[in-house]
Amino acid sequence: MTATLGATPTIVLVGHGMVGQRFLEALAERGLTATHRVVVLCEEPRPAYDRVALTSYFSGKTPEDLSMTDMEFIKDHGIELYVGDPAVSVDREAKKVTARSGEVFEYDTLVLATGSYPFVPPVPNKDAEGCFVYRTIEDLLAIEEYAKTKATTGAVVGGGLLGLEAAGALKGLGVESHIVEFAPRLMPVQVDDGGGAALLRTIEEMGLSVHTGVGTQEIVVGEDGAVTGMKLSDGSELATDMVVFSAGVRPRDQLARDCGLDVGERGGITVDEQCRTVSDPHVFAIGECALAADGRVYGLVAPGYEQAETAAATIAADESEQLTFTGADLSTKLKLLGVDVASFGDAHGTAEDCLDVVYSDSRAGLYKKLVIGRDGTLLGGILVGDAEAYGTLKAFTGSVPPVSPESLVLPAGAGEPAQLGPTALPDDAIICSCNNVRKGTIRGAVTEHKCTTVPEVKKCTKAGTTCGSCVKVLGQLVNAELEASGVEVDKGLCGCFAQTREELYEIVLALRINSYQELLDRHGREEARGGDGCEVCKPAVGSIIASLAPTIGASGYVLDGEQAALQDTNDHFLANLQKNGSYSVVPRIPGGEIAPEKLIVIGEIARDFGLYTKITGGQRIDMFGARVEQLPLIWARLVDAGFESGHAYGKSLRTVKSCVGQTWCRYGVQDSVRMAIDLELRYRGLRSPHKLKSAVSGCQRECAEAQSKDFGVIATANGWNLYVGGNGGATPRHADLLAQDLSDAELIRLIDRFLMFYIRTADRLERTSTWLERIPGGLDHVRDVVVHDSLGICDELEKLMQAHVAHYRDEWAETINDPEKLARFVSFVNAPDTPDPVVAFVPERDQMKPDLPLLSIGMRPADVLEGSAQR
Amino acid sequence: MTLAPETTELKIELALDGDWFTVCDLSMLLPGRGVAALLPDGRQAAVFRDRSGELFAIDNRDPFTGAAVLSRGLTGTHQGRPFVASPLLKQRFDLASGQCLDDEAVQVTVYKVRTA
Repeated sequence: MTATLGATPTIVLVGHGMVGQRFLEALAERGLTATHRVVVLCEEPRPAYDRVALTSYFSGKTPEDLSMTDMEFIKDHGIELYVGDPAVSVDREAKKVTARSGEVFEYDTLVLATGSYPFVPPVPNKDAEGCFVYRTIEDLLAIEEYAKTKATTGAVVGGGLLGLEAAGALKGLGVESHIVEFAPRLMPVQVDDGGGAALLRTIEEMGLSVHTGVGTQEIVVGEDGAVTGMKLSDGSELATDMVVFSAGVRPRDQLARDCGLDVGERGGITVDEQCRTVSDPHVFAIGECALAADGRVYGLVAPGYEQAETAAATIAADESEQLTFTGADLSTKLKLLGVDVASFGDAHGTAEDCLDVVYSDSRAGLYKKLVIGRDGTLLGGILVGDAEAYGTLKAFTGSVPPVSPESLVLPAGAGEPAQLGPTALPDDAIICSCNNVRKGTIRGAVTEHKCTTVPEVKKCTKAGTTCGSCVKVLGQLVNAELEASGVEVDKGLCGCFAQTREELYEIVLALRINSYQELLDRHGREEARGGDGCEVCKPAVGSIIASLAPTIGASGYVLDGEQAALQDTNDHFLANLQKNGSYSVVPRIPGGEIAPEKLIVIGEIARDFGLYTKITGGQRIDMFGARVEQLPLIWARLVDAGFESGHAYGKSLRTVKSCVGQTWCRYGVQDSVRMAIDLELRYRGLRSPHKLKSAVSGCQRECAEAQSKDFGVIATANGWNLYVGGNGGATPRHADLLAQDLSDAELIRLIDRFLMFYIRTADRLERTSTWLERIPGGLDHVRDVVVHDSLGICDELEKLMQAHVAHYRDEWAETINDPEKLARFVSFVNAPDTPDPVVAFVPERDQMKPDLPLLSIGMRPADVLEGSAQR
Repeated sequence: MTLAPETTELKIELALDGDWFTVCDLSMLLPGRGVAALLPDGRQAAVFRDRSGELFAIDNRDPFTGAAVLSRGLTGTHQGRPFVASPLLKQRFDLASGQCLDDEAVQVTVYKVRTA
């Protein structure tokens, strides 16, 4: 069957990887999907996914998480995407492509984005059972299956970036891992011998065995044909149950060769600066299959994206936008098995007469080298173990830095610190190389587009939105620009305090201030001192005092003395205010586990007080419609039955959800319920800048949805993985992996530190997800602080948490035993027994709901109610 | 007029139709917080005491939602004037004038209040 060529011209894209997907987006941006029929032939069984993050599959990301294809996008733009149906031949004369299914597509423009294939050295038995490559999700699924069922040792051939990732993944699967690298060092392309040595030490300390300077001669197989070992070029033999080849990639140009397109000597479809093949003006090639005009094949995604944009712009033939691809920067910064590795510019010092400045500390796994030209120009460099300076150094590459080169690589504390801010950069310095954003553009975003924050600048310029390595420099630039343009950024908490929440926290902790009035009168803005504060700072300070209560000598009871006046109504009545002035009640049900007797008690109380009951998203039960004077009566019965406050009303820990885990579930690998209960009881009542949610899943299937929580825990065969900064709600965010394979004690210690660091540094009402995105250095910084103790504050963080745990008391038990506090729980101070007549209910679905018409009696017209402005 | 005996607690009183209506003992009011009082005609008043001891009373119904909750809001000082923020949708009301600070078209009733 032949698809008919209609009036609309057709673009056929062969290959749907990351670059292919970017090409489709580039077509759509230029309106070409509206004017063209667009056909995509994709070989893999799934549409484009994030191959760069492939290894994160082993730390819990699912293939769906890795997907980069929004099916709505495909549908909305009328793109015909054929998955699992690769192109098998091209007839350039007839301008037709035949797919494996037999379908034939006529094209006006053909774009090849076939990517690359893993190079497997031609050694005997290279295809034996137990031999794998590391390129697609399917490869990873096969490796995982084999490692779990048939292997105790594994060898990775190739010590480059992917090889190290593969070896780390094997180790994570419980397999003893070896790395075999032909070159004399690891990551030979990116680092030099010195960097390789620093890397080697760190990698070996992780328990990986590294064999450099040896080649693979033969794969040894047993009688069943499966791998048992490998023979190496130095005559030794390595016993192994599986082999993963990761010895580089080659351009996938067979389709092009078969149809007579010109390819390079060492592979790659030859294209010009517009990414058009030199052999045929109707055919383009982009990404790893293309041999660019500068004679190189680029194996990085950023150049591939640039080629995709170039091809799309050429096809659009818009005279105002003429893009060319003449080569790309190969600078890279990555975190490999927890080690920072970066190289930029002329990293290996190939320029004539260039000189090196090297700082090396093998003991600490540090290696930093800068390549300097004769006139002092920074040409490139390599950073291993600490790549903090990468963003700044890369931006200075090609210019003479204003400070001496050695001050740029010496560690802090050794010699003069380098005062090298990004403000010293010229306007045409590229800050974000993923999206090609120059410093001038970022300054313009602040001065012309009135952006005042990094997120605004990211949105405006796209800088920092791909790999994120420039976000730190971005923040410095934005602040410098704001200052320079005289914009005074008031970072104060509110009209009463010029300090941020973090600064107030430090003041309260350092000076042991446990009174809001004292804080306001001594540290508030001049005009606010002696006043009554406001609704913004009162609860924020109340929360700080409560978080630090045992340490600063304040009462941990939020209704004590002056503290009572600081609390929002929810905290003041220890219940959640609902729209008609009634409250809802949520007793704590740790981990979502509840015995039948307690369920019955909740049922009886709800029935006796006529409450509406609903199961919450956090695995507990919410009882709605309690009048304020009923709260103590309800809680007297709940406390009597062994319940305690669930803190559903507080900016504090809510729940720790769990799945049933190993105890019942055939897939479970740890006891997730016990861990959830332990965590919930440990952190209950902890006041924080915003609410905290958590969950524990008993296996990678993740039924407890831990990755949508502020801190989530997922069981592994070896312990627990800790994820942080997740969120559901209006702006969902997948949590980031903070640490892997932790024991119970390690897990709890890390969460203690993480939560206390968050409480210390977050803004008011800032969830962990936004906090992680905002703070300089992001996740890496948080990991440095709480895992590696880079600030030396972990002891203090742990002590603060221990004090909280030791001093926890149930607020409701305390309140029902205090007649003075109980007197506050009335609708009317002059008629304690009279209920509020506005709080009434009408039946609905076997229960009741607020009588809303009652609320509008004697009130303003409904339009005012709906239009009421929220600040 | 004689001085009241020292054992008698000060009472909070609201002006209603030219008369003074007793609400509660002054000691029932925590500085910075409010209480609600049921008035003889069925209306409700929210009574507040600020840090300096000054008293204020406004209608307890929140005009934006209809719920009788203003007495449960947080108080503060805005440009030298006392206010309460509704605990439901956080609009602020000037305690002395009843004017909503976030919507000039909205105002709540103000009651005269004294201690006696």
